[in-house]
Amino acid sequence: MKEITRRYVMKFPPQSADKALTYKLIKEYDIKFSILKAEVRPGHTGSLLLELEALPENMQKGIEYLEANSVVCEPLGKKIKFEAGKCINCGNCTGVCFTGALTMDREKWELNFDPELCVVCELCIAACPMNLFDSSFHEEEPEAILNN
Amino acid sequence: MGFKKSYEEINEKIRSGKAVVLTAEEVSAMALELSPSEIVKRVDVVTTGTFGAMCSSGAILNFGHTTPPMRMERMTLNGVPCHGGLAAVDTYLGATSENPENIRYGGANVIQDLIENKEVELEAWGKGTDCYPRKYIKTKISLETINEATLFNPRNAYQNYNVATNTTSKIKYTYMGTLLPGMKNANYSTAGELSPLLNDPEMRTIGIGTRIFLGGTVGYVVWPGTQFNTSKEKNEYGIPMSNAATIAVIGNLKEMNSNFLRAAYYEKYGVSLFVGIGIPIPMLDEDMAHRVSIRNEQIETSILDYGSAGSPYLGKTNYAELQSGEININGKKVRTAPVASLQKAREIADLLKKSIQSGKFELTCPVGMFPTGTSLKKLFETEGGEQ
Repeated sequence: MKEITRRYVMKFPPQSADKALTYKLIKEYDIKFSILKAEVRPGHTGSLLLELEALPENMQKGIEYLEANSVVCEPLGKKIKFEAGKCINCGNCTGVCFTGALTMDREKWELNFDPELCVVCELCIAACPMNLFDSSFHEEEPEAILNN
Repeated sequence: MGFKKSYEEINEKIRSGKAVVLTAEEVSAMALELSPSEIVKRVDVVTTGTFGAMCSSGAILNFGHTTPPMRMERMTLNGVPCHGGLAAVDTYLGATSENPENIRYGGANVIQDLIENKEVELEAWGKGTDCYPRKYIKTKISLETINEATLFNPRNAYQNYNVATNTTSKIKYTYMGTLLPGMKNANYSTAGELSPLLNDPEMRTIGIGTRIFLGGTVGYVVWPGTQFNTSKEKNEYGIPMSNAATIAVIGNLKEMNSNFLRAAYYEKYGVSLFVGIGIPIPMLDEDMAHRVSIRNEQIETSILDYGSAGSPYLGKTNYAELQSGEININGKKVRTAPVASLQKAREIADLLKKSIQSGKFELTCPVGMFPTGTSLKKLFETEGGEQ
């Protein structure tokens, strides 16, 4: 079996803070994860954008475990498509891209797009005056993989 | 009196392939080493460029007459309303006119479709007269089938422009781009030291009849642009610190291409047209050499809050700071983004430079100069009513 990589937005309720949830994800289900974005405030719902890497079976069990502990797991099944060929390098999209996926090369003044940094916030879709961005789902839905 | 050159002397050099042409960025770098008196002796022409959304743009089209003829009083092109008050088969198609059934498609898109040699649907209505009996037509046109197609833009190439930010708690969608709440970004549009009217701030060489690069071909400055304002406060380098002078330009749409003329749609604002303009500046004397030597850090502009009514002034910055990616607004670090293409502006300045170097593009002495001491009037409501 091959490991799969998926991105999830996870919302942790305040009462889950005392449980070692992430420890269990690693120890029990062998899920590697990186935190791409985090918003945590004591006493409030915390949000994490996680990239998980695991065998499909473990991925499913891990998510089920989190959901049983009141963690809301939203798969980030979308990705941003960009028609680079029609880009005029105006820079409008870089103004809204807070993760730094879209930046201007400050020597050549050309647009750089690093999909690895993209969290599919979709602000660039409206910001591009040339209408060159679109969001699309992965060819394989994460749910379909998890249900296999 | 220092060294001087005439237009004719410069053109003679262009014709003989000996003219020294630099872009405005190249001459600004040169000015770090050389004085204006040395630059005017070494350099003959400085080319500038800009490629940004210029809403006050449009095209004059003549469709040709049908048999029997028709007085087109109301008309649309691909559903976009265009002006019906110009004789029988002339129209002015404004870039920002929108198709009411698809507001993302407007006059700018029709202009782009035409220069990309696509067919466009013309629908027209008239009341029918003795000499123009036809009342309705629906047909396809293209740049090839119609008579004249002339790009005529009443207000382009603003001399400097404001930086836009948003202090409110709500996202704002503007012609200066998407402005995130809480001053999370600040957008600017001017090409800085490459911008045409900032390299001749007193408009000594730009006037009626100036030959320019427009939309991929040769165009002309025909008049001061609308909202032409010479009363804006200037800094110590003679640069107006907010949007000031403008130009009205004209050129043959049939020769233009969508590399330098491109339709745009701004979310919750509307359609606009990106226009590519390049203006050659002749090095007539030391004063002109001094003007083109201006550097980004010397070109200041105003930061305005586009989120609040009346766009209040928040402070000033310069283009070196803006192009660094971050500015300081009242103690807060704010990320910056351009909304006009510096890469395209450079491409235009380079194309113009090559075209002058190869002897294909000569400079023109304006046949009329622009006014001085102009300021803007506000529009007041005389009938009362709600604000």
